[in-house]
Amino acid sequence: MKPGLAIGGVLAGVALIAALVSLVWTPYDVTVLTIAEKLQTPSPAHWLGTDHFGRDIAAMLMVGARTSLAVALVAVGIGMGLGVPLGLLAAARPGWADELTMRGNDLIFAFPSLVIAILITAVFGPSAINAIIAIGIFNIPVFARVTRGGAMSLWTLDYIRAAQVAGKGRARISAEHILPNIANLLIVQGTIQFSLGILAEAGLSYVGLGAQPPLPSWGRMLADAQTMVTLAPHVAIFPGLAIVATVLGLNLLGDGLRDALDPRLRRAR
Amino acid sequence: MSLLSVTDLSVSINGMALLDDVAFTLAPGEIFGLVGESGSGKSLTALALMGLLPQGALTTGHAELEGVDLLNQSERAMCALRGNRIGMIFQEPMTALNPLMTIGDQVAETLMVHRAMPRGEALAVAREKLDRVGLPEPRFPLNIYPHELSGGQRQRVAIALAIALKPALLIADEPTTALDVTTQAQILELLRDLVEDEGMGLMLITHDLAVVAGLATHTAVMQSGRIVEQGLTEPLFRARAHPYTAALFAASAHQPKRVDIGTTEPLLVVDHALRAYTLARPSAFAPRPLLHAVDDVSFTLHEGESLGLVGSSGCGKSTLTRAILGLDHLQGGEIRLFGKPVGRQMPNDMRAGVQVVFQDPYGSFNPRWRVDRLVAEPFHLLPTAPADWRERVAEALVEVGLHPDDRRKYIHEFSGGQRQRIAIARALITRPDLIVLDEAVSALDVRIRAQVLDLLASLRVSHGLAYLFISHDLSVVRAITDRVLVMEAGRIVEEGPTEALFTAPRHEVTRRLVAATPQIPPDWMEKIA
Repeated sequence: MKPGLAIGGVLAGVALIAALVSLVWTPYDVTVLTIAEKLQTPSPAHWLGTDHFGRDIAAMLMVGARTSLAVALVAVGIGMGLGVPLGLLAAARPGWADELTMRGNDLIFAFPSLVIAILITAVFGPSAINAIIAIGIFNIPVFARVTRGGAMSLWTLDYIRAAQVAGKGRARISAEHILPNIANLLIVQGTIQFSLGILAEAGLSYVGLGAQPPLPSWGRMLADAQTMVTLAPHVAIFPGLAIVATVLGLNLLGDGLRDALDPRLRRAR
Repeated sequence: MSLLSVTDLSVSINGMALLDDVAFTLAPGEIFGLVGESGSGKSLTALALMGLLPQGALTTGHAELEGVDLLNQSERAMCALRGNRIGMIFQEPMTALNPLMTIGDQVAETLMVHRAMPRGEALAVAREKLDRVGLPEPRFPLNIYPHELSGGQRQRVAIALAIALKPALLIADEPTTALDVTTQAQILELLRDLVEDEGMGLMLITHDLAVVAGLATHTAVMQSGRIVEQGLTEPLFRARAHPYTAALFAASAHQPKRVDIGTTEPLLVVDHALRAYTLARPSAFAPRPLLHAVDDVSFTLHEGESLGLVGSSGCGKSTLTRAILGLDHLQGGEIRLFGKPVGRQMPNDMRAGVQVVFQDPYGSFNPRWRVDRLVAEPFHLLPTAPADWRERVAEALVEVGLHPDDRRKYIHEFSGGQRQRIAIARALITRPDLIVLDEAVSALDVRIRAQVLDLLASLRVSHGLAYLFISHDLSVVRAITDRVLVMEAGRIVEEGPTEALFTAPRHEVTRRLVAATPQIPPDWMEKIA
C-alpha cells in the first residue's frame, strides 16, 4: 500500500470516527451554554478549549463532523447519481441527447453557484437539507462533463467496437466498459467535489444559510470564531484544521484508491 | 572523414542494460539503416545521440558528431546542437506538429530560435524549405494549419522543419511507418534526394528490411540492445551471415502454406453498397457537399475463401468494414450474410457468424478485464452463455497458441503478438464462418507477424473459416489471400486472383500500389536457398 493511501485513510477515518462516536458520546453536551467558561484555552478539562458560549470545542468538532461529512457526502451522491448517467448518455448518443444534456449543464454552470444556493436556501428556508440540495445540484454538471469527456475518448477505441460486434447495446457498453475505465477520473473528481462540498457547506453556514444553531458545523464554528480571531485564535484554528485535515485526507485517499483500483498499476502476483 | 562516429555506446536505465557496446560510423551523404524489431534499442540509440534519454539513464561510451562528443555536453550545449546540427523526424506525423501553429511559423520558429533570424526572413527560408520538400505555392501557403494537410504532407512539413538549418545529421525514426505505401515511396524518395543534394548523413531507423534494402548504403541489424551485424547493405543482405539476420529475412519473406478450402457457395454478398457522409458547408448558405466513402461497391465472398481488400488510407475500407460488421447503415444497396440482410438491427445469432480482429493490439481490450472475460465477451450473442464457457475459453486460448492459465491474467501482461492471438481467440469463440481481419498484423514485428499469419492459415483449415483481410500492406495480403479487391476513392477498381493480380496488375491504381511497395531485390534473396 502506498503511504498516501494510508495517510489519507487515517485522516478521513478520524473525521468519520469522530462523527460516528458523536452519535452516542461527546465529552460535553454541545447544546448547553456555560458562559462562565467561555473562551478557555486548551486544558485537561477542555482539550481544545471552549468557544464564546463556553461550549467544548472538541465536542462541537465531533458533532460538526457529522454535519459537514453528511452534507458533502450526500451532495457528491446527488452529483454523481445524476451527473454520471447524464454524461454517459451524452457520450453514447451524440446528437440530440448530447446537445440537450450538455446545454442543460451549461445552463446550471451559467449561474454563480453560491448565489443560487443562497436563493434556494432563502426560498425554502435555511437548513442543512436545503444546503445539501443546493450544493448537490451544482455537482451534477461537473460530473456530467467529466464523464462525457472521458467516455467520448473511450468510445473511439477498438474494444468498444469489439463489444458492439459482440452485440452489446450502448447502455450495456456504457456500464461494462466505459464506467470502469473512467472510474479513476470519477474518484478523483469525487474527492475534489467532496472537499469542495465541505467548504461550500462551511461557506453557506458562514453566511447563516446552512446548518442552523444549535446544530454545530465546521463552517458555522469558523464564522462565529472570526470576530474573535485575535482574542482567542484557538476557536478558529481547530475547526480550520479539521477542514484542512479532512479535505487533505480525502484527496490523498482518492489518489490512492485510483491507483489501487487500476489493475495495470497493481504489482503482478 | 566520418560525420558521426559512435563507439562502445552503452545505456542502462535503473540498472537495466538497454544498449550494449553499440558502435557505427556514418559519412556525410551516406544513408545508414538501423533495423531491428521493437524493443531492440533502435530508437533508444537515436535518443541517446540527441541527449533525450529519460531521467535515470546512465550513458557510457563515445559519440562524436563533427568532432564534438555528444555524450558529455551540457543540456544548454545540446539545445544548440539539436535542430541545428542534428535534425530528427518522428514516426507519427499527426502528433509531431503543433496543431495551433501554421506550417510556416513552425518551420520559421527553429530559424528564429537558432539563428535569431527576424521573422520575415525566417518565413522566406521556410517558404524555400517547404518548396524543397514538395509543398509549393500556391497550393500550400505558409498560413495553413497541420489539420488541413494529409499524413504524408504533414510528414513533409516535419522534414522541412528538420532540414531548415541544414543539419549535418538527420535522424529519421520510422518516418514512413504510419503512412500508406504510395506516400511512403514518395517520402523515401524525398529523403534520398535531400541526402544527395545537401550532403548530410541520414540515420534511418526502421523495422522494414525492404525499406532499408532500397535506400541505405550501409546497414546495421540490432537485437536486444546490440548491433549483431553491420556492413554495406547489399553484401550484408545477400550473405545474411548472422542467424538473427537470417531469421528476420526468412520471416519477412514468409508465406504460410497455401490452402484451398474455398467453395463457390456465397457467404457474404455486398450488392451496390453506398455510404456517403455530409461534409461541412464550404460557405454559410452553400449546400453540404457529400463524400462518397463507399460508392456502389459489389462483391461476393464465398465460404472458406480468403479475400483481400487493399487500398490506400481514406479509400473507404474502414467504412465498408463497419457496414459489413453491421455497425453502420448503408444509404443504398444491400449487404447479405448467409442470405439475410446485414444492418444495425441484425439478430444476435447472425452477428455470431461474423467476428473481427482489429489492428491495434493495445486498444482492442478493456484493460480492467481479465482475459477469460475478454475472450468470452462474444458469448453475449448466444441466448445463454454456455455452461462450459471457461473450458471453451481455455480451448480457444490453446488453439491460438497460449496457455489455459493465461485466462486469469490482465491484458497488460501480454506482448503485442500475444494480444493479437487473444483477439483471434475472442473472434473464434462463437465459431463464426467469417472473420474480418482489419489490418490485423500491421502493428506486429516481422517474426511475430509470420507466426500470426501461420496461425491464421492453420485456423482457417481447422475451422473452415472465411477471411476478409483488409490491409494496405500488399506483401501480407499476397501471403494469405486467394483473391484480392483493390479499392480507390470508394470504388472497387480491380479484382482477381491474388497472384495474377499482383504479377500483372491491369488498373493504374493497382500498378501504382505494386510499384510503391518496397521490396528486397529478388536476386538478393536467391543466393542462400
